[in-house]
Amino acid sequence: MNIPSDLLYTREHEWLKVIDDDTALIGITDYAQNSLGDITFVELPKAGRVLKSGATFGVVESVKAASDLYAPVDAVVLECNETAIGAPDSLNRDPYESGWLLRVKLADKGQLSVLLSPVDYAAHTAG
Amino acid sequence: MDFAGWEMPVQYKSILEEHRAVRTSVGLFDVSHMGEIVVRGPDAGRFLDHLVTNEIAKIAIGRVVYSPMCREDGGVVDDLLVSRRSEQDYLVCVNASNVERDYAWMRSRADDFDCAVDDQSDRWGLLAVQGPNAPALVQELADRPLDGVRYYHCAEAVVGGVPCLVSRTGYTGEPGYELFCPADETEALAVALEKAGAAHGLALCGLGARDSLRLEAGFSLYGHEISETISPIQAGLEWTVKFAKPAFVGREALLEQKTNGTARRVVFFKTGDRRIVRAGTPVLCAGSVVGEVLSGTLSPMLGEAMGSALIDTARLSDPLSVDLRGQPVALCTTKPPFVPLRKS
Repeated sequence: MNIPSDLLYTREHEWLKVIDDDTALIGITDYAQNSLGDITFVELPKAGRVLKSGATFGVVESVKAASDLYAPVDAVVLECNETAIGAPDSLNRDPYESGWLLRVKLADKGQLSVLLSPVDYAAHTAG
Repeated sequence: MDFAGWEMPVQYKSILEEHRAVRTSVGLFDVSHMGEIVVRGPDAGRFLDHLVTNEIAKIAIGRVVYSPMCREDGGVVDDLLVSRRSEQDYLVCVNASNVERDYAWMRSRADDFDCAVDDQSDRWGLLAVQGPNAPALVQELADRPLDGVRYYHCAEAVVGGVPCLVSRTGYTGEPGYELFCPADETEALAVALEKAGAAHGLALCGLGARDSLRLEAGFSLYGHEISETISPIQAGLEWTVKFAKPAFVGREALLEQKTNGTARRVVFFKTGDRRIVRAGTPVLCAGSVVGEVLSGTLSPMLGEAMGSALIDTARLSDPLSVDLRGQPVALCTTKPPFVPLRKS
């Protein structure tokens, strides 16, 4: 299973990548896409939507199940990935790059310390 | 996943890829979990005709017939395939989860007939080879020409060194064969098919693709489109109920349903949307619940959701919809198959 070392993770299998001072990308992990199987539909919020840490912000559907997406931190949506919406299988093929879901503006960088490190996430998924 | 006591793969790699492989090249399914019940004796045909709704006794040797097996009230005990292997010898292929119940049901109704009913499920393996390249692949491994084995016919042949009952049937809507073989030789047959299949674009397929393929083809699945509470008449399978033959279990109830109609009917639908409408979802008409989704998934070939639902007959021509996470999605009822089938 692929767990890139430059990302932060949630127990609900989202990843967050800080790109500069206060913006970040959010997606689902390799473990998540593998557990879901073929992803068929992605529902994401519009730009401007305020995300609350731990609250649902969208849905990923696969042939097997529909799963809620949970905001890793408080943030405001800057952009959602139209490629992922148009080609949901990009989440299966490339969950950390072309399959990203949201670009967000972080509300409180202090919240990042609550997220899991790659090592902790590896332990979480192993257990 | 556990499936009727069998360890079964839902998918090997990707359900969508396995599905497309069967539509465009060839897929191999291990369906050894299916049950095999053998009925033999002078009255075997007459007994089966009494037991199931379709006509069996008069079929030619080498024919295969699909039929529901009903209770007196018209509810379905199981749906099955009957292959006539010789004058007095029929092989009945039944659903894995129903083997014991089917066997007990058949035994309990056999007293007045001179025939033996034998559950041989443990002795048979079953591999399905399905897709446009399936006939060429199976022929390559067979010891005799199979062109003469037409749709819904069967014959004996050695395939990949394994003696098989080769049946021109399947559950995908594609050309192909189901290969009944001795249980302990199933693996050798699978290995031979997989090895020779590489040149034909063969994919190993699991239960997930099997379900999306059969739904796209418009085939009923026991426990979904037909069940103890959904009769063949309600399921749109009138063609499998032969009222003109001698009396059979469920005849009166089914004739009553055919004559007077039924309160609910099975319909197939698509939505024009990628969101899957899953089994159990209530179906709405003008705000009230008028039915329930029986099967639902994404049609990999259409790229839109497809499914089946049990609907109040009085509302069949009204606009139907479901609520998906707060959003109404219209159901467009349609006559299956959802994609053109190439049966042969």
